[in-house]
Amino acid sequence: MKAGVVVFPGSNCDHDAWFAINENLKGNAKFIWHDSPDLGDVDAVILPGGFSYGDYLRCGAIARFSPVMAAVKKFAADGGLVIGVCNGFQILVEAGLLPGALLRNQDLRFICKEVRLRTETSNSPFTSLVPQGSILRIPIAHGDGCYFADDRTLDELEAEDRVAFRYLDNPNGSKRDIAGILNKERNVLGMMPHPERACDPLMGSTDGLGIFQSILANIPVLSK
Amino acid sequence: MKITPELIKKHQLTQGEFDKIVSLLGREPSYTELGVFSVMWSEHCSYKSSRIHLRKLPNEGKYVVQGPGENAGVIGIGGDWVVAFKIESHNHPSYIEPFQGAATGVGGILRDIFTMGARPIAVLDSLRFGEPNPKNMRILAGVVSGISHYGNCFGVPTVGGECKFDDSYAGNPLVNVFALGVCKKDEIFYAKASGIGNPVIYVGAKTGRDGIHGASMASAEFDEKSMEKRPNVQVGDPFMEKLLLEACIEAMQTGAIVAIQDMGAAGLTSSSCEMGSRGGVGIDIDLDKVPQREKGMTAYEMLLSESQERMLLVAEKGREEEVFHVFRKWGLDAVTIGVVTEDGILRIRHQGRIEAEIPNPALADEAPKYDRPHNAAPYRKFPMEGPAEIVEVDCNAALLKLVGSPDLCSKRWIWEQYDYQVRTNTLAGPGSDAAVVRVKGTDTSIAMSLDGNGRYCALDPREGTKLMVAECCRNLATTGAVPVAATNNLNFGNPERPEIMAQLVESIEGMAEACRHFESPITGGNVSLYNETLGEAILPTPVLGIVGLMKTAAPVPSAFREEGLSVVLLGGFGTTDATRFGSTEYAKVLLGQTWGLPPALDMDYELSVHNAMRAVAAEGLAGSAHDLGDGGLAVALAECSYGGIGAAVAIPDGRADFSLFHEGPSRILVSTKVPERVLELARENGVEAVVIGATMKARLQIQNGMRSLIDIPVADLSNTFESALPNLIHTTNHA
Repeated sequence: MKAGVVVFPGSNCDHDAWFAINENLKGNAKFIWHDSPDLGDVDAVILPGGFSYGDYLRCGAIARFSPVMAAVKKFAADGGLVIGVCNGFQILVEAGLLPGALLRNQDLRFICKEVRLRTETSNSPFTSLVPQGSILRIPIAHGDGCYFADDRTLDELEAEDRVAFRYLDNPNGSKRDIAGILNKERNVLGMMPHPERACDPLMGSTDGLGIFQSILANIPVLSK
Repeated sequence: MKITPELIKKHQLTQGEFDKIVSLLGREPSYTELGVFSVMWSEHCSYKSSRIHLRKLPNEGKYVVQGPGENAGVIGIGGDWVVAFKIESHNHPSYIEPFQGAATGVGGILRDIFTMGARPIAVLDSLRFGEPNPKNMRILAGVVSGISHYGNCFGVPTVGGECKFDDSYAGNPLVNVFALGVCKKDEIFYAKASGIGNPVIYVGAKTGRDGIHGASMASAEFDEKSMEKRPNVQVGDPFMEKLLLEACIEAMQTGAIVAIQDMGAAGLTSSSCEMGSRGGVGIDIDLDKVPQREKGMTAYEMLLSESQERMLLVAEKGREEEVFHVFRKWGLDAVTIGVVTEDGILRIRHQGRIEAEIPNPALADEAPKYDRPHNAAPYRKFPMEGPAEIVEVDCNAALLKLVGSPDLCSKRWIWEQYDYQVRTNTLAGPGSDAAVVRVKGTDTSIAMSLDGNGRYCALDPREGTKLMVAECCRNLATTGAVPVAATNNLNFGNPERPEIMAQLVESIEGMAEACRHFESPITGGNVSLYNETLGEAILPTPVLGIVGLMKTAAPVPSAFREEGLSVVLLGGFGTTDATRFGSTEYAKVLLGQTWGLPPALDMDYELSVHNAMRAVAAEGLAGSAHDLGDGGLAVALAECSYGGIGAAVAIPDGRADFSLFHEGPSRILVSTKVPERVLELARENGVEAVVIGATMKARLQIQNGMRSLIDIPVADLSNTFESALPNLIHTTNHA
């Protein structure tokens, strides 16, 4: 697999994603600068965490206008795998690739801690190797992670099995404990927790590995 | 403008200092020049009261690559790798505007690190506030969200620190921020201008009117009108700083940069004059070329502005475009504003006129240096004698009260607001004895501890400072690391008062002795004086940030992890008496008083304990290790138990309050499967060690003889520990 990690001005988990894939998974990741009009030769795209464009105006609201996002949209429309983590999730939502919005955490403070997630579906290229119902310990680090959508959208997400992860102890007020969701076509995942921080035993958890391994395992199928 | 005595006084220069300026220049300074001198000769920039004493500190050692005098100290960590680190205070601005004051404090120290070519990988902060009340907790909340805002967005993990309370900080909170960065040895950059004719390039944010005279503000006491100084506090933009970091590191790789210096306190003035004076050259600057945020700024305002996120660099002539190219990529301003000259003069042009023309050495090297009187006894706020009788209280209640007290309670409410994991290097984060980050690409990790103890120092500045150094080194030893260098932040009151100056001198001398003893030279730091409001000084609060090395591996955890392990008290029970007991948290919290002397320290013995601990860690014998500090043995046992595993422990007969809560140093709690070997290693190092009990599920029990002193469910301890700070913040905010 060759993964492209998009670097927006203000991305700061770009290197962590790169390291997880190249070092912890012995995969192949490269950086893609935000003003590239095309993605080059990649099989999957990662929109990393951070504060793209300082998160001024609204988290992810400026990044969606980056030249690279047009390429990401096309890549996704063609069936390419796109995963947005934290700020990357916020960007996917702002770009209309995923429904809903991420609001300020309900207690209005930034929170960094390890949380427990329940895997809600194995029916996705991001979770095919993660058994449904399995509990993952993965850290969060965000100020705006409260997932919001209207009830109709939430019902639809659930009816279509598009909730990928839920919090066991909802840390931020997200509707229906949602921590990560899929698009209709199931090739775009957005999640607030940081799986790239849980790929190394030294960091305390390796529960994020399954997500990247799933991507790795599914790439050949999808790229045919 | 005519220079009047009032104008001189307004610039916080004495008549003597003004006369010296006149003699250095051979004429009266212009108004702009007066402004330049006032900031460069301020206490904050010139260290005029402390310089002659700072020389007493050790600054050399086998790991030291760069000692004091640069933007940050640098030490080798093995192979080609080095780390750059330093501490900086932002006390005064944080009182006036907590959020921005603290945020820009983080920004300033980060620039000091990446100016050296090192990418920041860790931040720790040492905070002091007045005892919890609505006003002080609002300051705390503002400071914490400022640090969180800046560090998180910039992308540096805040991996540790400390936060304590005393009413002497009510009008003068302390915000000391430590940062550490990493690079290869041949990638270090210095702030030494050279190459006559080389362009001087301004990069980063535009210059505005914010922060004018910030350095002078930091060099004066507060009074009733302090809040009027709000416009002197700068506004930070961490996004801009992140871009500046990436652009600077990328530009450095072009090889076109000769020297680089951030614009911190005193902005453009200090960066140009310091780069010039270090290189023995002059710098000629045309202010018309400086990117400006506001219209109609005068030379005086531009020179003294402390707008954030700006850098000054010297590039090789003819290679400017390579530098500009990188900064354009990151969307940042980069403009040639001047040139390196051979005459050694800082020359400032504005609108076709020469606004200042000052020999660089006059500003930097000739800055006043005072041997301020310090022959008085150090100022002492607390009595030597305690209460006639120290009444013993119920130990269970005392322990619960202590673990829920402001100084000892969990600071989770603070550190969960910091991203302590970004860059995926954090092996031990907040809440650990020492923070540990790995250095990717090497097999080395960096252990860090930031500590201060104003109460001990108030009782005896020399001994208190030694105890603090010992504690920092002990924190590192528990994780198995060896301390190799340190940075210090000296927070004191008004040095023009001999009894305050005496505190400072005693403290520096104590620090010098201890840092020599523990082979941890001071590679740089910061002095923050005039921490007084309405004539009342803060507790003397030297803070030490210590850096140690260890092989990358999971560090020894501080909490008990497994039941049925032996609990060894490495170093022994220690002793105290009625005088020394007055310095404890127990005395402060349970008896409401502080008196006497700090605990007695034997530095030879302390070092032996560290060596024994490192030997235990090296052999993988420690299931957990946690040093005894504030609150003594009982609090340390409670701290080991918060994870759910407690212990049953027996201690010798004697006064229960003394033996449970005295704060004698040189002690570490180790849980282990092989106590015999731990005792043996202790013996080999000449250290006492006692098996005092065993870990067990869910309860903490301590008895002496047949008497039960403590018997508490661990859940009660951890609930009290965790809920205390949120409760204090919640109740005081709604009071």
